Amino acid sequence: MARHIVADAGEIPPGGRKLVTIRGREIGVFNQGGEYFALLNRCPHQGAELCKGTLIGLATSTGPGNFELTRHGEMLKCPWHGWEYEIRTGQSWCDPNDIKARAYPVTVEHGATLVKGPYVAETFQVEIEQDYVVIEV
Amino acid sequence: MTPEDGRTLVAEAPANASRSKLKLIDCDVHHALRSSKDLYPYMATRWHDHIAQFGRRRPVPFLASSPYPKTAPALSRTDSWPPNGGPPGSDLAFLQEQLLDRYNIEYGMLHLLTSGMDERNQDLGNALCCAINDWQYEHWTQKDKRLKAAIVVPGEDAVAAVKEIERWAGNPDFCQISIVTHSIEPLGRRRYWPIYEAAQAHNLPIGLHSSGTNGHAVTSAGWCSYYVEEQHNVALSQQNLAISLVCEGVFERFPALKAVIVEAGFVWVPAVCWRLDQHWARMRGEVPHLTKKPSEYFRSNLWYSSQPADEPENPQDLRQVIEWLGWDRLMFATDYPHWDMDNPEHAFKFRMTEAEQQQVFAGNARAVYGLA
Repeated sequence: MARHIVADAGEIPPGGRKLVTIRGREIGVFNQGGEYFALLNRCPHQGAELCKGTLIGLATSTGPGNFELTRHGEMLKCPWHGWEYEIRTGQSWCDPNDIKARAYPVTVEHGATLVKGPYVAETFQVEIEQDYVVIEV
Repeated sequence: MTPEDGRTLVAEAPANASRSKLKLIDCDVHHALRSSKDLYPYMATRWHDHIAQFGRRRPVPFLASSPYPKTAPALSRTDSWPPNGGPPGSDLAFLQEQLLDRYNIEYGMLHLLTSGMDERNQDLGNALCCAINDWQYEHWTQKDKRLKAAIVVPGEDAVAAVKEIERWAGNPDFCQISIVTHSIEPLGRRRYWPIYEAAQAHNLPIGLHSSGTNGHAVTSAGWCSYYVEEQHNVALSQQNLAISLVCEGVFERFPALKAVIVEAGFVWVPAVCWRLDQHWARMRGEVPHLTKKPSEYFRSNLWYSSQPADEPENPQDLRQVIEWLGWDRLMFATDYPHWDMDNPEHAFKFRMTEAEQQQVFAGNARAVYGLA
């Protein structure tokens, strides 16, 4: 596992995302209400670019005739077959035990901490007064 | 159109090259018109005025809607909207990049879903079908030799349909004949036989992709509430037309006729055959024109495209179904750019032998369509 700086903390707005390539792997980094999550850009079902999917809420029901839409923006819907994944964990909604998108830990760290290393930041000039989004891959 | 919420800030995705060594034949590729006016250069001015003044007359039940499943805009993968604009499937360069080059596709069989095939005004329907074929030829098959078109014909007007078949028969850019499956009568009825006669005479398969509207619900009990039902019912309607073709004796009269059931699945075929054979053994006297078991026609004159490939809990169950069906019957299809596209690298969750792969992904289609 190595820590990779992938964005300035202000770069990805809430509800936004950024696709990065780390050691040959494409990873989508999402800002969900100030919290960051990272998923491999590959749907485990048929290999579509999952992180280009739409962020939706979770529709549930306690019985025919009623429904609830909760967790707005926390579900990622695959651009192909529409499989839904939790962006927090990568767990699929319809087959949670067997189908899971690869998730990576994300933290926001202060430049002053990061400069002590170790970290990988090919494209970032780390400044000590800035915050950065860091993924462990 | 990009996903409405969540900006994609950086797209660093490298162009993916195909990992597949096998050259594929894709039996269901959807190209699209950028606008219905794309057809105007191929239609008499009279029809431009007619459409402006009277519009189309299609028996579509829901106003501003479509009876097709539409879980995604334009029924399509959300990543299939061409960067230069237009709907999915309308940009040849993008279709080449996302489909033909990406998956090493040797031939792609085109099925156009927007058509004049079910237009009620028969003269307009015929003009639209002829224009579509000219447009397909000039803008698609002549620009990329991997793409093969279907001769789009107005199935309810057999005389006009045969004339249009004869205009293109022998042209290697056209490999099959397309008629709507949601027809006015079951497709085995004799009003459609002149089309089958021409198809057999010119050795062109009939490509039966679920399409068109006839004003009726695809269920026999009216309109269902949900797309999730409709998506399945459409496949049931394809089963009905296959049963009609068989029971009406179409393949007795035209024994060399080939029909390809597209995008209706294939797992149902063994079950339908078992039951029909059982009925036939008891009621053969009603249909003495059938000289063999119904299942035999399903195995001699009909082929089935693979998409959407079923995903049983135990992937090996699918192998068993294909063995019942026959490995020579199944032909791979992606259905690009539609949302339920099958990726050839992941569609089947069990391992096929090299010989089986060769048949399903290319060999069967090569034989059916007479491709080099």
